[in-house]
Amino acid sequence: MGVGLAGATWAIARKDLLIELRTRTTFIAAGVFALLGVSIFYFAWDPTAIPAVDLAPGVLWVIFTFSGLLGLHRSFGLEQESRAIDALVTSAAPRESIFLGKALANLVFVLAVQAIAIPAVALMYNLPLGGTVLALAGFAVLASVGLVAVGTLFSAMAVNTRMAELLLPVLALPFFVPIVMPAAQATAKLLAGRPADEIYSWLKLLLAFDLVFVFACTMIYPWTFEE
Amino acid sequence: MNRPTPLTLAAIVAVLAATARAIFFTPLEAVQGPAQKILYVHAPAAWVAFLAFGVVALVSIVYLWLRDDRLDRIAESSAEVGVVFTTVVLITGPLWGKPVWGTYWTWDARLTLTLFLWFVYVGYLLLRGAVEDPAMRARYSAVLGILGALLIPFIHLSVYLFRTLHPLPVLMKPGAPSMPREMLITLLAAFAAFTLLYAALLRTRYRYAVERDAMTPGGFA
Repeated sequence: MGVGLAGATWAIARKDLLIELRTRTTFIAAGVFALLGVSIFYFAWDPTAIPAVDLAPGVLWVIFTFSGLLGLHRSFGLEQESRAIDALVTSAAPRESIFLGKALANLVFVLAVQAIAIPAVALMYNLPLGGTVLALAGFAVLASVGLVAVGTLFSAMAVNTRMAELLLPVLALPFFVPIVMPAAQATAKLLAGRPADEIYSWLKLLLAFDLVFVFACTMIYPWTFEE
Repeated sequence: MNRPTPLTLAAIVAVLAATARAIFFTPLEAVQGPAQKILYVHAPAAWVAFLAFGVVALVSIVYLWLRDDRLDRIAESSAEVGVVFTTVVLITGPLWGKPVWGTYWTWDARLTLTLFLWFVYVGYLLLRGAVEDPAMRARYSAVLGILGALLIPFIHLSVYLFRTLHPLPVLMKPGAPSMPREMLITLLAAFAAFTLLYAALLRTRYRYAVERDAMTPGGFA
């Protein structure tokens, strides 16, 4: 029996989100981790020398990256138990849908963590968010899409290696440079009230990264399996 | 111990000759003095690094298509040689930067790009070391080899949106090269010698991979 790409993608994403919803362990851990990060970073700088508003964009996006990695590692780690991945691979679901389903669940996870981290940073660093909230949320979504595309693929490979927990960040972090840099720069410019055209080139870069890597990672994922 | 091949000998002679020409038979640069001579190592090493990683990407694509073990060994060898030359770039750059710029390191576009290039391919080598099954190792490395090549233009673009301090290209640019003839010939000779050295190192490293796999039970047949 054939299963459509969209149907299988949704089924796999739903399965992962349901597991997360019932256990909530990873989400709570990642949320607490984000709050911890926000608090600890505050004391890493001299608040009399650097205003909190200049600090916030960096803090926000560094935490975004690291809490994202926590969730990504879980994504395929989950399937290692009783080799559940073998059942997924041998099922009728197209292999692209395994990747897309996992990525979709990870996207929801990362955005949920962001929904805790952004207000926390805004509150604790006393940021004048005001009218920038929508633009900031837009950048958060775009950055999450790129992060999740690359991260899901590397998570799929890293779980099958020795030192998986360490290898995933080593492989993934260089790929997050063209995500974190535009997001942090754009956030800084938004908070400083700079004109929109200064943010435009960062936006284009982020969009291009999302397009290229969502496509490339989806296409290349089936190649990680034996023929 | 294998005897060096004619290719290896030719590469060694070429590198020695280019080095001798750079040190003794090429005039000093008026402003930078002797420090400028590091260019004859730095620029060719950067070229070889890009060449090596380009080869990794190419053979990775063909590997996923043909599944030929030899291609995987070429990728493995080329990545390792590329990391060595990227390391040379990252060491010679600061040595020149200190007297000329007044600082070893700056977060300039090209420096940052080179550093991340190094991170990506060190990660590639770490991945190779962390997968036990040879066929899986080959597939995973091919995937990373291809994605790494896709990433480079993006890092290039992101870091270029910051300003750059690096000297602009003197050779690969529109119009005539802006360099005296003698220096240009030395630079081109160094490019040729380093390319030959790349070929020789790649070949040696490839032969090592073949012998290792022949001795490892459970490795590639």
